Amino acid sequence: MSNPAKFIDIQGVAQTFKTAKGAFPALKDIDLGIAQGEFVALIGHSGCGKSTLLNLIAGLAAPTSGVLLCANKEIKGPGPERAVVFQNHSLLPWLTCEGNIHLAVERVFGARESKAQLRQRTEAALALVGLAHAAHKRPGEISGGMKQRVGIARALSMEPQVLLMDEPFGALDALTRAKLQDELLDIVARTRSTVIMVTHDVDEAVLLSDKIVMLTNGPGATIGEVLHIDLPRPRERLALAEDARYAHCRKAVIDFLYTRQGHVEKA
Amino acid sequence: MVSAVFHSPRESATPPDTMKKVAASACQESAGGQKNPQKPPRDWAAASRAFWLAVLPPACGLGLLLGLWALVASTTGQSIPGPLQTWAQAVEVFSDPFYRNGPNDQGVGWNVLASLQRVAIGFGLAAAVGIPAGFLIGRFAFLSRMCNPIISLLRPVSPLAWLPIGLLVFKGANPAAIWTIFICSIWPMVINTAVGVQRVPQDYMNVARVLNLSEWKIATTILFPAVLPYLLTGVRLAVGTAWLVIVAAEMLTGGVGIGFWVWDEWNNLNVRNILIAIFVIGGVGLLLELALVQLASAFTYEEVKS
Repeated sequence: MSNPAKFIDIQGVAQTFKTAKGAFPALKDIDLGIAQGEFVALIGHSGCGKSTLLNLIAGLAAPTSGVLLCANKEIKGPGPERAVVFQNHSLLPWLTCEGNIHLAVERVFGARESKAQLRQRTEAALALVGLAHAAHKRPGEISGGMKQRVGIARALSMEPQVLLMDEPFGALDALTRAKLQDELLDIVARTRSTVIMVTHDVDEAVLLSDKIVMLTNGPGATIGEVLHIDLPRPRERLALAEDARYAHCRKAVIDFLYTRQGHVEKA
Repeated sequence: MVSAVFHSPRESATPPDTMKKVAASACQESAGGQKNPQKPPRDWAAASRAFWLAVLPPACGLGLLLGLWALVASTTGQSIPGPLQTWAQAVEVFSDPFYRNGPNDQGVGWNVLASLQRVAIGFGLAAAVGIPAGFLIGRFAFLSRMCNPIISLLRPVSPLAWLPIGLLVFKGANPAAIWTIFICSIWPMVINTAVGVQRVPQDYMNVARVLNLSEWKIATTILFPAVLPYLLTGVRLAVGTAWLVIVAAEMLTGGVGIGFWVWDEWNNLNVRNILIAIFVIGGVGLLLELALVQLASAFTYEEVKS
């Protein structure tokens, strides 16, 4: 790799959607480099194109112009090396939790490993998110927080180079969200994954990330500011609450979101 | 292209029932906490109330039907037999349902079985063609646009209008009846399967794309289970239509079958047997429907929420 700071390299990306009312420019002039092992939060107002940018990195959509590279290769479509944790967990309701994870494990490692090894990987992924006891339950039988954990386990079980998360905790209550954030910090520290997470939540962004990418308001959103969070890890939620640097980072993001990008233009 | 299915009142009565159960168990919990001894009598009252709610309305409905029937029978001066006479005849008919006195005089059991066999063959062929066709039409927009005008044109045609074509092509009454069943029961299955495939949530397809699943794996692990509830609705509609059509088709083609039996008894002016046939046709249709509802509920999964 030529430039370790640009494991994911986004160059001059723009995305325009064709709508009934004509072309809608969602994103323009996006330039961003993300290093391996970095935890990046994408934050911005609703509808500013955070999820669009994530979908571009996932390869679920192709940019109108510009290039996205991952490990020096152009992103041409979705693939298991860039696992996605969807906003609404997207588990298949007819498979058990185990079955949902096994589908991913089988796809990624099925060609190389024995059935016993695949089973072991599935079980390990469930244990990682503390759901070994729910292996044989279907998604309809478990709570929203548990479903989201299975979604995360599915993504992690693929041992992806990049973990893409689209507001993974958005639909959860505050307590469950805090618990899952702590678990995620733990897991990422152990697996050293590169993570890109879309979020609305300022505290979540500051607590989890190494770098917060703030998007301006759409239409034609672009990167307004990049804030580096150099709080030491492991991070403790309680200790950080009184940390001056934490408060400073938090204030910087809030200042950007509410003072400088406070007026949401009417589309 | 949405097909409505009539849900029996029992199904729609389920949610209040379960709500009651939840409320009852919640009461029990709080009662258990307070050591309230009044629990058992209230349970009995609730149980008997539920029992009467389940039994009484259908009994009233059937009673009303019998009353109207008896009224019509008495006012038409016995040209339409009343419930009691029909019952007496039914006991006689069902005491020997499987006799054979030549090709045109067979027991009601043979007639029903002959009709069911035709329905099974015609419906089976329609499923074998219609379900895969529905998958292809749902998956590929080109095919969908290609087939839409054909389906829209042919679907409203009365099944019996196809009977002469069947007689002409297959040169026999039995294959013509099966052909009629085939052509009328294929549309609900094609349409419902296609709609089901088109409505597979994008989230599931995104999972498939991120995992890079093969087309075969997508079909077996995502499309088929997601479409199954729609498919089974199509099957229910198709079986219902097939059972409606077989009676009419057999009246025209003759041979052995419940529809032929109705027509034969009309020629004999045996109205009591015609009334029995109506109940038999209704009963068999009801059983087919119930069996398919059971099948459908076993394969319906909770949709993704939140």
